[in-house]
Amino acid sequence: MTETVLNISNLSKRFGALQATDDVSLDLRPGEIHALIGPNGAGKTTLMHQISGTLRPDAGSIRFLGRDMLPLRMAARARAGLGRTFQISSLIPEFSALRNVMLAVQARQGSSLRFFGNVMSDKSLTGAAAEALSQVGLGDRISVPAAELSHGERRQLEIAVALALGAKAFLLDEPMAGMDPEGAKSLTGFLDTLRGQAPILLVEHDMDAVFALADRISVLVYGRVIATGTVAEIRNDPAVRSAYLGDHA
Amino acid sequence: MSRERILTFVLLATLLAIPFVAQATGNPFYVTLATRMAILALAAVGLNIALGLGGLVSFGHAAFFGIGGYAAGIVASHAMNGEPVLGLMLPGSMPVAWVLAGLAAGLVALVTGAISLRTSGVYFIMITLAFAQMIFYFAISWPAYGGEDGLPITLRNSFPLANTLRPMDLFLISFGVLLAALLLFWRLSVSRFGAALQASRQNEVRVAAIGIEPFPVRLVAFVVSAMVTAIAGALFAELNRFVSPSMLAWPMSGELIVLIILGGTARLAGPVAGAMVFVMLEYWLGGLTERWQFFLGLILLGVVLFARGGIVGLIAGKARHD
Repeated sequence: MTETVLNISNLSKRFGALQATDDVSLDLRPGEIHALIGPNGAGKTTLMHQISGTLRPDAGSIRFLGRDMLPLRMAARARAGLGRTFQISSLIPEFSALRNVMLAVQARQGSSLRFFGNVMSDKSLTGAAAEALSQVGLGDRISVPAAELSHGERRQLEIAVALALGAKAFLLDEPMAGMDPEGAKSLTGFLDTLRGQAPILLVEHDMDAVFALADRISVLVYGRVIATGTVAEIRNDPAVRSAYLGDHA
Repeated sequence: MSRERILTFVLLATLLAIPFVAQATGNPFYVTLATRMAILALAAVGLNIALGLGGLVSFGHAAFFGIGGYAAGIVASHAMNGEPVLGLMLPGSMPVAWVLAGLAAGLVALVTGAISLRTSGVYFIMITLAFAQMIFYFAISWPAYGGEDGLPITLRNSFPLANTLRPMDLFLISFGVLLAALLLFWRLSVSRFGAALQASRQNEVRVAAIGIEPFPVRLVAFVVSAMVTAIAGALFAELNRFVSPSMLAWPMSGELIVLIILGGTARLAGPVAGAMVFVMLEYWLGGLTERWQFFLGLILLGVVLFARGGIVGLIAGKARHD
């Protein structure tokens, strides 16, 4: 029995009449990619919001590396090691790719109230940032403002930011969204190696990527986890087939 | 050298040259005009830390400007009458007044900022306005320092090696403080603190998601911003030899915002360009018509519609963050 990194149990969140998260329990083990799939509106992003701290659940618990995350605000959870990317790229638009990642390095060092010294001549920031960028394949785009990067490049930049945070678990919300097949393929390869650094909770619609990457898959429908299992188990689960996969499997 | 840097040097050199040319050509009045430019630029550099770098549209910086003015006036009047301030015998000296101005404004900013910064957008604008108006009404109802009549400064506070009653000396002091404030602004803007502050302006959620709390960063920016604006207020009172409660009133807050928008938000030289143009317009247009602010409004409209980066943006192009 391996120890879990992230442990979510009996999580519930209701918006008025809508039960967005319905008694969800799932966990993330070291070195794995746990994919979270489900039709639109199943509550995947809502769940990610609760894990990262933008939304407060009504009930249940979230433990990360043995710590209770619920009392912590988003910034504190990020410092604890939860590296979140956003479904819609959420970067600092006027900052260059390099400076976006530098900010993450700075956050990791916990030094945002340092008033003197030029960040651009600080090797501990620029070096680590440049390395994270070359790891995701943005090495030659470091001085381009985030707003001027292509959609796919912004997704890569999101991941570079999470890398630079030294996250102990990655929460990736649709990293492939809107990427061309070429980009999706290279990102799939990258995520495959990324799990060696830290486990990944992956929300993704691209089923080719999910089936290629996931160690385990959980299927979310109407806020409920209807099945959790390996790729083969999920492909052959009759409930999942009728609810979601259709003829894709 | 970037165009922005060249522009900064040209603006500062021009501002520095005005009083010397004025004196040489026998127009001493322009020395005072240039001093006014430098002081208003200084106040706007202060506001630019909060508004430009941090995106915190404070509509209450008149409070800090006025607090600085009263600090100068109180130090001057107590020194003249030989009375202690809060139990301390203080010399009538500008640096002493600035320290007092900075401390008082910083403290007020710490308290009001801690409350205001829990809001954002239009609510932040309104709450900063409300705090400033509270301080304004407090000042006009406080008879000890002149109430509605304001507080005259019979004898300007002194400054080492200078005769502060000579217009040129007062200009050089103001210009020197402006340079120091610009240096501070630049150092802050390229620092880790500046990175976190500017990032919080653009995407607060992202900043929190990577583990930086925007609140303390913004609060520090608000306090530093208030302190710089307060020192400008102290100099403004010395220049006019009078502390008027109108320094604390909301039109002053608006004027400081106008200076920044005119010059270029978040740009190093923005407040300098804005203040120079503003004071020139105030003087020349004001000489032609009493309704000069109508034309200022037209110019501002033009800037907002066609030159969002203000004068600096128009000349030096869009700001680059490397």
